[in-house]
Amino acid sequence: MTTLTDLTLAEARDALLRKDFSAVELAKAQLAEIEQARALNAFITETPAKALAMAEASDARIARGEAGPLEGVPLGVKDLYCTEGVATTAASHILEGFKPAYESTVSANLWRDGAVMLGKLNLDEFAMGSSNETSYFGPVVSPWRRQGSDTKIVPGGSSGGSAAAVAARLCFGATATDTGGSIRQPAAFTGTVGIKPTYGRCSRWGIVAFASSLDQAGPIARTVRDAAILMRSMAGHDPKDTTSVDAPVPDYEAALSRGVKGMKIGIPKEYRIQGVPAEIDALWEQGVAWLKDAGATIVDISLPHTRYALPAYYIVAPAEASSNLARYDGVRYGLRVPGKDIVGMYEETRAAGFGKEVRRRIMIGAYVLSAGYYDAYYVRAQKIRTLIKQDFDRAYADGVDAILTPATPSAAFGFGEKGSGDPVEMYLNDVFTVTVNMAGLPGLAVPAGTSSEGLPLGLQLIGRPFDEETLFALASVIEKAAPKIAPPPKWWAPPVGFADTLP
Amino acid sequence: MSVDQATVRRIAHLARIKVSDDDVPHLQEELNAILRFVEELASVDVEGVEAMTSVMPMPMKKRQDIVTDGEIADVILANAPEREDHFFKVPKVVE
Repeated sequence: MTTLTDLTLAEARDALLRKDFSAVELAKAQLAEIEQARALNAFITETPAKALAMAEASDARIARGEAGPLEGVPLGVKDLYCTEGVATTAASHILEGFKPAYESTVSANLWRDGAVMLGKLNLDEFAMGSSNETSYFGPVVSPWRRQGSDTKIVPGGSSGGSAAAVAARLCFGATATDTGGSIRQPAAFTGTVGIKPTYGRCSRWGIVAFASSLDQAGPIARTVRDAAILMRSMAGHDPKDTTSVDAPVPDYEAALSRGVKGMKIGIPKEYRIQGVPAEIDALWEQGVAWLKDAGATIVDISLPHTRYALPAYYIVAPAEASSNLARYDGVRYGLRVPGKDIVGMYEETRAAGFGKEVRRRIMIGAYVLSAGYYDAYYVRAQKIRTLIKQDFDRAYADGVDAILTPATPSAAFGFGEKGSGDPVEMYLNDVFTVTVNMAGLPGLAVPAGTSSEGLPLGLQLIGRPFDEETLFALASVIEKAAPKIAPPPKWWAPPVGFADTLP
Repeated sequence: MSVDQATVRRIAHLARIKVSDDDVPHLQEELNAILRFVEELASVDVEGVEAMTSVMPMPMKKRQDIVTDGEIADVILANAPEREDHFFKVPKVVE
């Protein structure tokens, strides 16, 4: 028999409306799974009382025939989203104990549509990382393991808690954010679906800022349909974010059945990079074949400035971060460490409150923005960003509907395997995803196969601005064609009967 | 370009992050690794290219210049590490 938590979000939604089970029953089943999975460290804060209260309210609305599009569906929230009255940490010591008096627009949209909050999900500190190893609250462990091995594997980052929780069936979907690949890379590492929508599609209001011109909210879910359902609720104009677009939100779920016949899919030659394992190239070829079989036309394209995207990102993102994170000064919220005077207090607070990677990025940002270096680094990087965007503009002007690439240059890796000596080694994880943030485009990661070691691998689809619908249609084709990957076995759960032996 | 130890200390002070003497050498190494990584950007021809200011060009909406919120000092102060009445409290700044 399938347990409730093995259903997809779409199945759970439909079953709740049919009253096959109640929202409270579903929330309880989900909370029990979370309790058993603490070894994964996916949650920073669990909110069981809130979940049950919200589920009760959902049951009442279902009974009254007033159900919203996500009525009774239990979700996890990346702990970068401010949630009213619930601790919001950004996985940083500097925000420990902070309880916002307001709710982020995107999470408020989910609650408006009836969703139930299970808790706050772990991440890399301030979303700076690609493996979830930089969290002050400890790393997230992926539910996946290499075949025949019990080595702990990273879930990717920065939305590693979101991806791990969705893959381990601890929630039906989760909010995430993506500044350089933080939705798509962990989705690819955990065999889940993640979409970073076009810059401006979702409001950034109430989400702890990392790099404001790159940050976007998006969902991680187990199926393309589930991601489409969540996307529709999360997206929309918000007067509180002047960069959010005032345009109607389409029915993304309806786009799934559009088909891809006649679509023109670009394959960028610059994404064939040296040192990438052959299985990644093979997966890409397989993706091309699936889309061709479904009636799409494949064309070779060139995005000549691709190689400069990652270095330019490591100027733009730290520069914006150093500015955004200036607010953590020990005065208005979070940690305060006393010093000999006010500047001493700032310096002590920020040294103790920020982790190593965050301190490093703030310092790089302060350097590239400092007098004498601003033009050579920051302005030059922003010019290169224009060139990167023009590459995409040209491809789309030539009639390409979307672009297919690998999502990551490898499968997930083990703890401590990357970036311990040289931070750049970790940064290279985002080589295929970061271009999309630099150009503000939508990008979607969809599971497509497994590595030789049995770990999930994903493909990335890149779309025209505000054309997420095409990405959902294409991802749906890949999802149907790809071999079904069995969910990871529940090695993290305490042995059966364990609870019975307690006094 | 690369940074020396004096520059590392200067950046740390600009960023208001205290660094100990032990931290400086490895910070210098890490910052220089990142600066080496971004070095190849210097070879890109950016003559006549406009620096990006808005990734999705759209007219920015302006709000009405009216009061929409306020009188919530308690809410604003609720997370302050130290406060007195309706003020954030900080170490003495003016003698």
